[in-house]
Amino acid sequence: MSDKTQNQKGWLFVLPVVLLVAFNALIPLMAVVNYSVQETFGNNVFFFEGMKWFGQVLHSERFHAALLRQLLFTGIILVIEVPLGVIIALSMPRRGPGVSVCLVLMALPLLIPWNVVGAMWNIFALPDIGMLGKLVNGMGIHYNYTQQPIAAWATLIAMDVWHWTSLVVLLAYAGLRSIPDAYYQAARIDGASSWSVFRYIQLPKMRRVLTIAVLLRFMDSFNIYTEPFVLTGGGPGNSTTLLSIDLVKIALGQFDLGPAAAMSIIYFLIILSLSWLFYTVMTRGEDRG
Amino acid sequence: MKKVSWVIPTLYVLFLLLPIYWLISMSFKSTNEILGSFTLWPQKFTLDNYHKIFTDPVWYRGYRNSIIYVLINTVISVTVALPAAYAFSRYRFLGDKHLFFWLLTNRMAPAAVFALPFFQLYSAIKLFDTHIAVALAHCLFNIPLAVWILEGFMSGVPRQLDETAYLDGCGFWRFFNRIFLPTIASGIGVTAFFCFMFSWVELLLAKTLTSVAAKPIAATMTRTASSSGYELGLLAAAGTLTIIPGAVAIWFVRNYIAKGFALGRV
Repeated sequence: MSDKTQNQKGWLFVLPVVLLVAFNALIPLMAVVNYSVQETFGNNVFFFEGMKWFGQVLHSERFHAALLRQLLFTGIILVIEVPLGVIIALSMPRRGPGVSVCLVLMALPLLIPWNVVGAMWNIFALPDIGMLGKLVNGMGIHYNYTQQPIAAWATLIAMDVWHWTSLVVLLAYAGLRSIPDAYYQAARIDGASSWSVFRYIQLPKMRRVLTIAVLLRFMDSFNIYTEPFVLTGGGPGNSTTLLSIDLVKIALGQFDLGPAAAMSIIYFLIILSLSWLFYTVMTRGEDRG
Repeated sequence: MKKVSWVIPTLYVLFLLLPIYWLISMSFKSTNEILGSFTLWPQKFTLDNYHKIFTDPVWYRGYRNSIIYVLINTVISVTVALPAAYAFSRYRFLGDKHLFFWLLTNRMAPAAVFALPFFQLYSAIKLFDTHIAVALAHCLFNIPLAVWILEGFMSGVPRQLDETAYLDGCGFWRFFNRIFLPTIASGIGVTAFFCFMFSWVELLLAKTLTSVAAKPIAATMTRTASSSGYELGLLAAAGTLTIIPGAVAIWFVRNYIAKGFALGRV
């Protein structure tokens, strides 16, 4: 950072980016803020309501339940995907003919439109005609994700692990590949166990990319909408209604703009502060390492 | 040791391919066969589903629309991100770190929050239901991502390159276009791939901003599903075809993919 030159011309370079993003971010954000403090009875007549909607959302059981489900979902997928991704990356050969093909195959789920992912798993897991549903029921487990909340959750998590673990694998693999061979040779001469190779060579080298992986997975899983919407539609009942799904239900389904806008702002602030927290915790001491 | 090392990746890839295989095999079945009984591979192999997609304008226009706005978005995102990423990687200027973080916050914004205001904004400027509207809207998350990746690749280029060029009397834009851009060509390719990918897979905004003329393929799929009952075979064929552009794009950047996912900074 310190070897950069002071040059205010930088602003000219970033101006187009700032203008385009601001156009897309600030104007809609202003609209949301506007709605969040007003009440309307139609005909485009609005009344100022102050913080009423914020109070209402923060005290509503429905919001608490959706937030809890969202935190649970994000927590579970982070706990599964990050270690699993690291294990797979560690077990991949460092080079060789199959690696490229393997990486391309692994990236495939990332390239499928999100609603297709949802639709695919929706059919794949159906107990009567889907492969997964048949298989699980064939093992003697009664499984029907359209009726059992637990099964719906299991399907949702399996889908997300299927969809996104590769992102962690690719990131971790990129980190591993940046380690020079000399490090491993030195470790072998010292007679280091594979655990200490992991702990003192591989893990520190992966720190940076794992930070990115956790941040991206956190943000994206907190924003998830299309896949669970297509897979379960938030059901059975409300058991898989995550924050985004609830938000769209309120905003576009019931057209309660005020509460929906207040909820949007609270939602965004939660993501911002948690991302910032993750970022600070995971990069602390990076300069020393 | 050598042989064991492939076991875990192989099992993982099989797990990934299973649902994809299921989708592809379903696309060659008739809807009756899918609903009738459980079969691992098509009993009566049929190309009817694909035939329908390639002959019915409602379907093939969906693909064309998606590809048009995805390409426009990729070009815009990469073009404006290049100078910005250069500034972030080389210069210190007032508020640079805050600006970078602000850009990233837009990558965090939930699309659901923006759906309704976007609809109003793009209707107000008379761009609703055009390709350019979706392309511009996707800039919200693709430009920050492009700046992020390109900045990572550019920071990997030693600053001596810039300084030597200036000492030799090379003007800035000449240096930037003739020397710097070719140096990070792989980074540009990777960035374009990511912009393509994220614009291709996004549906919520694309669906909100279009109705007929620019309707993306993914939206065609959901609307057809609800209007004419579940035509599973057709849906599976349409889904299979949506995997192809991504698979083709990734093949071009396969050697840089790991580094690309690490946003250029390893």
